[in-house]
Amino acid sequence: MERISISQALIKALEFEGVEVMFGHPGGAILPAYDPLYDSKIRHVLARHEQGAGHMAEGYAQATGRVGVCIATSGPGATNLVTSLANAYMDSIPILAITGQVPTTAIGNDAFQEAHTWGITMPTTKHNYLVTDAAEIPDVIHEAFHLASTGRPGPVLVDLPKDILNTEVVWHDPTGIVDLPGYKPTTTGHPLQVKSAIELIQQSQRPVLYAGGGIIASGAHAELLTFAERANLPVVTTLMARGAFPDTHALHLGMPGMHGFYSAITAMQKSDLLIAIGARFDDRVTGDPSHFATGAKIIHVDIDPAEIGKIRKADVPIVGDARTVLRQLDERLAKVLGTGTAPTRTEWMETLSGWKSAHPISSYEQEPGGLLKPQYVIEELFKTTGGDAIVVAGVGQHQMWAAQLWKYTKPRTWINSGGAGTMGFAVPAAIGAKMGMPDENVWAIDGDGCFQMTMQEMICASTEGIPVKVLIINNHNLGMVRQWQRIFYNERFSASELTDHTPDYVKLAEAMGCAGFRAETAEEVAPVLEKANSINDRPVIVEARVDPDEMVFPMVPAGGSNDIVILSKDDLS
Amino acid sequence: MSNLHLITVLVEDKPGVLARVATMFARRGFNIHSLAVGPAEELELSRMTIVVDAPDVEQVIKQLQKLINTLKVVELSGTDAIEREVMLIRVNADTEQRSSVLDAAAVFKAKPVDVGATTITFEVVGDPQKLADFLELMRPYGVVSLVKSGRIALAREPKARNLRAIG
Ligand SMILES: Cc1ncc(C[n+]2csc(CCOP(=O)(O)OP(=O)(O)O)c2C)c(N)n1
Repeated sequence: MERISISQALIKALEFEGVEVMFGHPGGAILPAYDPLYDSKIRHVLARHEQGAGHMAEGYAQATGRVGVCIATSGPGATNLVTSLANAYMDSIPILAITGQVPTTAIGNDAFQEAHTWGITMPTTKHNYLVTDAAEIPDVIHEAFHLASTGRPGPVLVDLPKDILNTEVVWHDPTGIVDLPGYKPTTTGHPLQVKSAIELIQQSQRPVLYAGGGIIASGAHAELLTFAERANLPVVTTLMARGAFPDTHALHLGMPGMHGFYSAITAMQKSDLLIAIGARFDDRVTGDPSHFATGAKIIHVDIDPAEIGKIRKADVPIVGDARTVLRQLDERLAKVLGTGTAPTRTEWMETLSGWKSAHPISSYEQEPGGLLKPQYVIEELFKTTGGDAIVVAGVGQHQMWAAQLWKYTKPRTWINSGGAGTMGFAVPAAIGAKMGMPDENVWAIDGDGCFQMTMQEMICASTEGIPVKVLIINNHNLGMVRQWQRIFYNERFSASELTDHTPDYVKLAEAMGCAGFRAETAEEVAPVLEKANSINDRPVIVEARVDPDEMVFPMVPAGGSNDIVILSKDDLS
Repeated sequence: MSNLHLITVLVEDKPGVLARVATMFARRGFNIHSLAVGPAEELELSRMTIVVDAPDVEQVIKQLQKLINTLKVVELSGTDAIEREVMLIRVNADTEQRSSVLDAAAVFKAKPVDVGATTITFEVVGDPQKLADFLELMRPYGVVSLVKSGRIALAREPKARNLRAIG
């Protein structure tokens, strides 16, 4: 039988899993794996920093639903990946990270570029491996894919010592079934719990369906729509679930949370029943948990049993996959309703639509000739694209505006760093998303602070021919930090100002092989965006110079009660 | 003290499993009060006995179950469990004290395992309370050094619960 090197086996194993692209950066310990990659049909995208490679894998995974793959060398290559792994762990993104390691004989000796990758990444991965037996490779890769993509998805890391990579093995196709005695995710909800859930829903006067990122991860958006309509349930979509339920739907109340819609925050607060599906009662949603929706009973559906009861006790806990459980709930409801219909709950519905119309999200004024408003720029981008784009955000004010003001109607069209809040996410994640969905118009909406953290990946985008577009909302400040300093630190703007015209983003764009445009007035915005939308042969960077003093509202201060929503500047005093 | 919980965890005997458990505890802010690990009845399996200091033991159990190498997690309450610890304790016992120390030790079935000119070292096996009581008894003589194993525990057979005294 033919013997091949472990490096070849690794690439073969990745091909076997259907990998079409991997994002990485080579180096000594991982070089053996890069050699067979040279002949492989797998495309390698050379990120300019391993953190970028990790976020590219995440963007790819979030846009496509498939496992994203990134690869780095030992030591600093691996430690540079840690931020991306932590991000993927927080947001349950299926990625596989492959890292080189010093030879097994050198492990523990402080060899050149040695880092304890396996130990460092243990708390930021769903699982990780240090491979010490060459024969295991095909099965380990297969297992890693299985772990990353099933149950609650997440990052998995495989650390490969260099001597192992150079060993020869006889290739065998991995056996189809992965049998891990300690890993058997429950996907189907318990029928009795499903029955109790429907009873509670039917009795409820003021229900709210609290949809989280799990809806998107499990591909349950269609089931969510069917069930919400049949049960006549108002829906909120969290920051991780934007697009899981159409923003344009009458039952949609918007995004809850610190910068959520008044209607969504208050509906949850006043509800008598919260049906949480694939959501985890994050502190950015609940505010102070002891004051959160105190009158509500809880139905909590999650594939991760540890999420149920972690923050809030559930009256009806249901462990299972969101899509499967939604189907079960819908079947049960259809049976209970027979030829009838769900309760109309007219009073509740009227209250909700009252809140919706009294407190719409958009509260800014773009005066002609006045300072350009960041919200206006984002709304213009929505208009010029017809909303037909994948939006990828950084972290800060621009992220919140992008989440609030865009009308999302489809899953996987909104990609952001929710749980970790990783600045620098947008540019590389957009590159990954574009690689996965080359026919889509992929727009990163980024802050100037965030952009400066990973902007070198625009060189990757231009040289690799990945035509992403970036809109920099340039308020020449760390805007969200400035907002907090304005509200909570007596306007002492400590270390939150970025220089006004440095760098020159148009020149920078050109220097990096991208098209560059700038808009400074309201009139300039639409034409510049039209121009950007028409370019498809290279990446585009659009800088919008905006008012640095705009603030994101509504706002519930961190750790505060969701009963008190600051709606505008005027509420601050 | 009421936050102490006794948990047994059946895990795959793979390199690093202990590190995974310890890392998870550190990451989640759970405190390990005592921990003992050793081979279990089947090859390739280990059993850990953990005494954890945590207000919400259910979350500890779920997080343990979430680890890929974990097969089974059971919380044991004091009355459902057979619990043992081993203690080696060296106490002052000069010629004047020696017989009184030995008498006291005999009551606890503490076994003298090393005798020096001025000290005696005992081995004591028993449930945690017995060890604590013995320690109290020895304190007045002067405890020179002491070492204790982590606690190990097994669930009692359901049938045998009425005959608890046997254990
Ligand atoms: C890696 C990282 N460091 C620091 C922060 C804290 N932080 C949150 S938002 C923000 C400012 C972001 O500034 P910018 O990218 O310009 O966006 P803006 O808020 O102005 O829209 C900072 C520093 C973070 N989230 N991530």
